[in-house]
Formats: sequence, C-alpha cells, structure tokens
Amino acid sequence: MDRRVIPAAAVAAREDVGPAKPSRVSRREFGSCVAAAAAGWLMTACGPRRLHELSKDRLRARLRDLEREYSERYAAPVTVTDTPAMPNVLFAYALDISRCVGCRRCVYACVDENNQSRDPQVHWIRVLQMDKDRGVDFTHADPYYAPREVPEEGHFYVPVACQQCRNAPCTKVCPTGATWTEPDGIVVIDYDWCIGCRYCMAACPYGARHFNWSEPSIPRGQLNAKTHVLGNRPRPKGVVEKCTFCIQRTRDGRYPACVEACPVGARKFGNLLDPDSEIRYIIEHKRVLVLKEDINTVPKFFYFYAT
Amino acid sequence: MRSGARCGLGLGVASLLVVLTGDGLSAQGLPQRLAERIEVPPPPFSDGVFPCSACHASMKVNRTRRPLADMHTDIILTHDAEHRWCLDCHDAENRDVLHLAGGERVPFDESYRLCGQCHGEKYRDWRVGVHGRRTGDWNGHKAYLLCANCHNPHQPRFKALEPKPAPVRPGRPGR
Ligand code: SF4
Ligand code: SF4
Repeated sequence: MDRRVIPAAAVAAREDVGPAKPSRVSRREFGSCVAAAAAGWLMTACGPRRLHELSKDRLRARLRDLEREYSERYAAPVTVTDTPAMPNVLFAYALDISRCVGCRRCVYACVDENNQSRDPQVHWIRVLQMDKDRGVDFTHADPYYAPREVPEEGHFYVPVACQQCRNAPCTKVCPTGATWTEPDGIVVIDYDWCIGCRYCMAACPYGARHFNWSEPSIPRGQLNAKTHVLGNRPRPKGVVEKCTFCIQRTRDGRYPACVEACPVGARKFGNLLDPDSEIRYIIEHKRVLVLKEDINTVPKFFYFYAT
Repeated sequence: MRSGARCGLGLGVASLLVVLTGDGLSAQGLPQRLAERIEVPPPPFSDGVFPCSACHASMKVNRTRRPLADMHTDIILTHDAEHRWCLDCHDAENRDVLHLAGGERVPFDESYRLCGQCHGEKYRDWRVGVHGRRTGDWNGHKAYLLCANCHNPHQPRFKALEPKPAPVRPGRPGR
C-alpha cells in the first residue's frame, strides 16, 4: 500500500528532532486560526452534503430548488427525481458488433435524452470505426469517419461509452468522493461534489468521462425535462459527466434511449441477476467480449457477435 | 457445454412465451399456434394494398411462375429469387393470408413464423429479444417488431444508411 496513514504521534516525534524552537503564537495568528477553523466548521456544517448524507427533507428541498432553477432557465417544467436503485437488479448492457453499422443514431439519441452540451459538443457515446483485418484494436480506431453511407467495406464499428466497471478505477481516484457505484451497478457522479480535478478522466481506460470546459449549452425547447439528480439534469461548467445507463429511464423500468434508437437492434439491456433476461441469454449463448479485459476493470458492458 | 446451452435456450424461450401470452397458466393448455402469438405492430403494407382480396377476389388464380407485368411491378424479388416466387409465401386461395411450407395459413401479423421456417436461428434469437429491436420496459412490457418491419421481405438485405455527423475534433478553447 502506498497511501499508508502516518500516525499523528510519529509526525510529532519527527518534528521533535530539530532544534527546539520557542513557538509563541501571536494574538493575530491565533485570531486567524480561529477564523479559519470557524470557516471550516461552517463549510462542513452548512455546505453541500453528499447525497446519501442528506436528510430526506434537505434532499427534497434541494431537488425542489434545482427544479425551480432549471424551469426558470429553460422555460419548461423540469422535474428532478432521486429514484433509488431497485432491489435485486444489477444492470448490464450488450452490444452486437456483428450488427452495428456505425450510423451514430445512438450518439444523438443520447445527447437529446441526457441533455449533453451541444456547443461545446459533448458526446457520451463514441463510435469507433475499426479495420476488419486488425480486429478490435484501439490504436487504429477512427471516431471521425464520415463517408456518405455506412457500413463501409472492410470495416466494423465499436460504440464505446461508460463500461460501468465493477472494479471502477474512476471512483477510486476521486478525492472528494463525488463519484461512486450505486447498488444497481450504475457508476454515478454527484455534480455538486465534483470539483473538476479530472483525476477520474485520467483513470478511466475507456475515455468515457467528459469535462465541461465551458458552460454547457442546450437550446431552449430541446431540454429533456424529465431528469434524475445523478443523471441527465443540466450540468454546470467545470464538472465531469458520463453515461449513466439512462438512470432516469432504467430505474423506471424503461430501456435506455440508445437501445430504442438503434435502427439495427444492436443494443441490448437488462438485469444481470435475472436468468431470463436478454443479457443473460447473450452471455450464455453468444461469443462475448469486454474491452481491455486484461486490466481487470470488469465491465458490465459486453460486446457480442450474434452470428 | 453445448447441451447445457441448448437446455438453457429451451427454458428461456418457454418462459418468454409465458410472459408473452400474458397468462402463465394457460400457456401449456393452448394449441402451439396460439401460444406462439407475439404482440407485434401492424405489418408494413404499402398504402392501399390490403386487403389483397379486394382486387384478387374477382381474378382467376394463375399458378404459372412468371414476371408480373400488370401489377406489383414495384416489387423486385432479390430474396432467393432463383427458387422463390409469390405463391411460395402468399396463399393463392385466401389472398389475405400467407402460408407455411406445409400449407398452414398464417395471418400477416404472424409472418415471423413464415420467415422462421428458413431462418430458424434468427427466429430463435428474435423471440428471446437478441435479434431485432425492442422498445418499452426492460422488466415489463416489450414491443417487438415483425421481421418485415425492418427487412423488406422481397429484398431483405439491410440498406446502407447515411451516418449522423462525426464528432468535432477537440480544439483548445479560445483558439
Ligand atoms: S468506463 Fe471509465 S467512467 Fe465508466 S466505470 Fe469504467 S473507469 Fe469509470
Ligand atoms: S445506432 Fe446502432 S447501428 Fe447505429 S452506431 Fe449506434 S449501435 Fe451502431
């Protein structure tokens, strides 16, 4: 372990080694120390709390505040829910590489559903064009392909978004605890706690996290007003965001937006704990792979070949 | 490994059918035909062609294999055209239904059974939700599409699509 906690006594002992210094605290220094301590106490007592620490009443009030703020800004009745995970549900996704034609319908359905910034552009899904000769090879993947028609001869397509890793490196590096894994397996971000340090972006091996460099822009009338506090609610500048398996839809039992948008039916979604789900059927009967299996992130996003 | 997989498949299909008939108990008692009915959207007829009997009732059945010159000239068969023609799937006696290879008549909204005669593997995948697009609830009511909603039965190969715009390449803000 590299991050060992050094006991306070040891620190004190080390400081004792040097020549003894008379330490007299002036009245002024004492004053500023007290002020700093008071400010610190105020911040923790009255400042933002992690969602799970908030009392029900404070959370309700916070959601109502957000609704008021967004409704005003987007001139539409916006709802912000905190629908919790369902019991006995672990979400998983599967994508049929033998079907995907690289049309990017999923990308834009996601932007609309999840209120991603249009300018500057944020896309949670990136469709990578790969060479059939090379197989799944990230060093030769091209996300910027733009032919007149897809699929292109000799190529296949691998859409990549958050893999909802069970062993997620992104949540481990977050210094403020602003990102974690929910009981239904969705890795979420609390935009109120994200300080924009972007450690998680560096840690994510899939490039799945995106940073709001500027104030996100969503044209009026294009906002999806049905939002979840940990998902598609409008984000402020300076926070990180990513795919949440459409938490605002899937926790209500619906399919994610990309599943319904895909014209070739390449996208499958369901409960990994339900033996009758499509997901389980795919894992048990098809050739399945996960991206970068060797780094042990244990994705809940599977790629498969139906044929 | 292989036999285990088959067994799992059987169970998966069985439980799916129970859900689809909406009544778990009656599923076993029903004749196979009814138990297999899957709720699907209306078949994608061209405007004004259905019911087919509206025109065909007054016409004599001509079973000779031939290019159609008077009507249906828009239909170009590229679906195993060498071996197939209209009356292999469309019923000559009752024009408003299709028929299986064995002669059993099936309505257009059960055309998946017709397709499944040759494409058994795809049919199996479709029934468990692995082939084709589903919408609705992952844990509840799911909407299926007929094979013909995505594949033109006369020209089943998927048409190429125009892709949506590529993402903008990252630049530095302010430059
Ligand atoms: S894909 Fe990236 S952002 Fe998503 S859980 Fe894994 S490490 Fe985190
Ligand atoms: S919409 Fe479907 S076919 Fe099109 S790029 Fe996305 S996954 Fe592939």
